[in-house]
Amino acid sequence: MEGKPVPMKNPTTVERTSERELVVTRTFNAPARIVFKAWTTPELFMRWWVPKSMGVPLLSCSMDVRAGGTYRLEFGQDASNSMAFFGKYLDVTPNARLVWTNEESEDGAVTTVTFEEKDGKTLLTLHELYPSKEAFDANSGAEGGMPEQFEQLDELLVTLGAGGA
Amino acid sequence: MVQYSTARLDASFAALSDATRRGVLEQLGRADASITDLAETFHMTLTGMKKHVGVLEQAGFVTTEKVGRVRTCRLGLRRLEEEAAWIEAYRQLWDARFDALDNLVEELKRKEKDDGG
Repeated sequence: MEGKPVPMKNPTTVERTSERELVVTRTFNAPARIVFKAWTTPELFMRWWVPKSMGVPLLSCSMDVRAGGTYRLEFGQDASNSMAFFGKYLDVTPNARLVWTNEESEDGAVTTVTFEEKDGKTLLTLHELYPSKEAFDANSGAEGGMPEQFEQLDELLVTLGAGGA
Repeated sequence: MVQYSTARLDASFAALSDATRRGVLEQLGRADASITDLAETFHMTLTGMKKHVGVLEQAGFVTTEKVGRVRTCRLGLRRLEEEAAWIEAYRQLWDARFDALDNLVEELKRKEKDDGG
């Protein structure tokens, strides 16, 4: 796939459905089993979760994908200067549903991802539920923790758009 | 493409559909004010003004804070703008991730085909 990206790009939508919930949706032109595989296989997951030039590489990723199993992601320039995200899976329904906790902070959300296949395409819905409005605001909102990464996004999008394969 | 829930938009439009409430927002755009100040400015009873401010507060246009016996009202618009900006940044993050996932999914599909899956 050289030059221009895929002609019909499916839109990503984000909706704040309540003061402590966010919903992200996107359709993928592939059966649910393939999309699910990309979410649950560490080698594959590492290839898309942190798009190339985000500037904060994903150092490691371990996943024990079953109810009660844990996961751990480490980001950073090197091992001595890294930041970990971790939690456990609450529900794993193959090719259909994943639910996990985010335990790096007390205010972490519970994330639910569903994969709905229709006519060979998959509608992915990611739902984040924070324990309270305060937790939502602390983790995301205007006071949130991620703006530095977002500042690199413009650059990142240009890279992805121009990069092709 | 930022999307708000319909309920939220309804609350916003309802709040702005009233001339007095639009006037209150204009007034608060110049300076914070107490409910008493606003009631006087708009020649209304305290109870009437409380209702209007309540509607604006519900919709996120105004925030209020009670200090002693005085409830001060200020514009909440900035918070809405910040939230919209944050949501858009968040959407871009996911969009970038999903573009990368699209590429991977295409690759997996091709592989499955080649393997005769």
